[in-house]
Amino acid sequence: MLIAQFIEDLEHLPGPLPMHYRTVRADTWRRVAQAVSEAGGRLLSLWGSDRTRGASGSLVISAAYVVREGLLWLDLPLGERSVIDPQHPSYPDLVPFFPCAAHLQRAAADLLGVVAEGATDRRAWLNHGAWPANWHPLRRQDPHPGLPAAQEVTDYAFVRVAGDGVHEIPVGPVHAGIIEPGHFRFSVVGEKVLRLEQRLGYKHKGIEKRFTELPPLAANRLAGRISGDSTVAYAWSYCMALESLASCEIPERACWLRALLLERERVANHLGDLGALGNDAAFAFGLAQFSRLREDWLRLAKEAFGHRLMMDGIVPGGVASDIDRSSADRLFRQCDSVEREVLQLQQVYDEHSGLQDRFMTTGRVTPELASQLGLTGLAGRASGQAVDLRCDQPWAPYDRLQVKIATCSDGDVAARVMVRFAEISESLRLLRVILCRLSEGAGETRRELRLPAKAALGAGWVEGWRGEVFVALEWDGENGSNGIRRCHIHDPSWQNWPVLVHAVIGNIVPDFPLINKSFNLSYSGHDL
Amino acid sequence: MWRILRQIARNGIRSEAPPAGNDALRVDGEQIQREILAILGQALSIREVDAGSCNACELEINALNNPYYNIEGLGIRFVASPRHADMLLVTGPVARNMELALRRTYEATPAPKLVVAVGDCGCDGGIFGEGYASCGRVANVIPVDVAVPGCPPEPIEILRGILTAVRRGRQG
Repeated sequence: MLIAQFIEDLEHLPGPLPMHYRTVRADTWRRVAQAVSEAGGRLLSLWGSDRTRGASGSLVISAAYVVREGLLWLDLPLGERSVIDPQHPSYPDLVPFFPCAAHLQRAAADLLGVVAEGATDRRAWLNHGAWPANWHPLRRQDPHPGLPAAQEVTDYAFVRVAGDGVHEIPVGPVHAGIIEPGHFRFSVVGEKVLRLEQRLGYKHKGIEKRFTELPPLAANRLAGRISGDSTVAYAWSYCMALESLASCEIPERACWLRALLLERERVANHLGDLGALGNDAAFAFGLAQFSRLREDWLRLAKEAFGHRLMMDGIVPGGVASDIDRSSADRLFRQCDSVEREVLQLQQVYDEHSGLQDRFMTTGRVTPELASQLGLTGLAGRASGQAVDLRCDQPWAPYDRLQVKIATCSDGDVAARVMVRFAEISESLRLLRVILCRLSEGAGETRRELRLPAKAALGAGWVEGWRGEVFVALEWDGENGSNGIRRCHIHDPSWQNWPVLVHAVIGNIVPDFPLINKSFNLSYSGHDL
Repeated sequence: MWRILRQIARNGIRSEAPPAGNDALRVDGEQIQREILAILGQALSIREVDAGSCNACELEINALNNPYYNIEGLGIRFVASPRHADMLLVTGPVARNMELALRRTYEATPAPKLVVAVGDCGCDGGIFGEGYASCGRVANVIPVDVAVPGCPPEPIEILRGILTAVRRGRQG
């Protein structure tokens, strides 16, 4: 599929990945959505922005699509009034083409007061009553309202399942384990789950608005704290967006160092998850072994990069620090030892019938369903969706690494475990190549970033351990304002949370923690 | 089965080495156990509440359960309900959407209860600060006994914070 076949005059955004931009009208908006959907493209993200400047400009709804040639970012300026709702500007609904748009559209309604025409679900998503429903945090002109006192929102209309013997189990927002908050409403018969409805947004702390209050060259710290488990992926995406709008090309060595951090983050998370998955299937041995490996991994990260989770290692223009030859040697040797141990543990997992009995056929998402609902990232690859940005659009240094994608078509917990094992193995291979390359010599690791004295757009797009992380950045450099006008953040969890609902149907309640962990989605990356 | 046994045998016990004078980690561990035994008898039960963190603090709190820190071996346990807890370990700036849930969790915890705020955000709102959706530091919502700075604090610092709270609890 060629973008040019159905849309002309695309503007190319500078950056290491192919990203295109275009302002459209409502009819083109609808036509492109249909064409992308029919051609097997994906909706990456949807968000709203306030582009008013005094009397000019308007509210804008944006969509980012992924097609074979790269990313397509469309802006649709909205009229002041809409036919369906005099209070709120509106735009054509994308849910008929991309079901994953539903939550994104509800979030845009809460944050900017723009609504999708014909959307059937208009319930608030991020606004739980902490701020007035008619005030929208991302609009410019509205003065800050007096915030209401903490109130209990009891009127959220969960969908009820009726019938003989059906009962509800409400869980959260405070969960039983050491995990993030969210609410799950199960409708069950006996132990069997008939329906799961999620209510998220508990962690919404206004990150997108916060970005506009921070200096752009320091906001990478905030980006690194959107979802702590993906701090490297977010910092890279944000910096890529900033470098994109500044047309700054980072030094080659910085690319290799960024990939070193990103692959180490992937391995760290997969190690943690494999242990936790064993534990959720009552195999405490797995947790002990994998959590030990993860701790070793984090301790060496602290020594080599100064931080266990490698936070703030990626900065605008490059990386914060280089590694010396002895650190590179130690990191290299750790890849060898971890690989050896993981292979042994994989054999234990594979041969353990009790464990496999819990993993196999549990929480299944078929490739057809995954494709229909837009399941993405690691979970998508475990359901036959062969999508990995490192392979599809290899940006530097992945263009010289030939990443081998890991996929499985079973779509159950076992498949998601299998993909994690395969990705650890591939990341360890990549890490050794990267480290060899870094040992060959030194070089520049950071370049000064000159932000333009005009309005500019930039985008960042990186394959984090969970899936694609995307940042859309709007810069205002006119009249000395020098500020971030809008920073939109997208976590792959937006796509995958709604699919978890389907994965659980027909399973028993005690398998929910296991299924949930096998997806391991981010609450904070979603709630923002 | 033999693979499991071989793996266990090969790795042995990895909990941090017994005290050799300046082994800060282990010394802390021992102090913690003495303090807890003196105050709470057999065990300290902790309910962890994420009130809006970025989840990095949760990663490090989870690490306390790994064989190196072996927090259960010290008699400290994470429990599923605030009603079973002696201490709340709270992370994050408190999201306004979590404010009520945090207050209720606090109310559900039996007295005498201790509260440890974990991480820069829990201490002072961190990089998120206060805003239309964030209440800022944990102490803006519930009384806090000890605040552990760090972004995120390392597991050993979190352990140290727990110990400090237990001491303060005894004096108070």
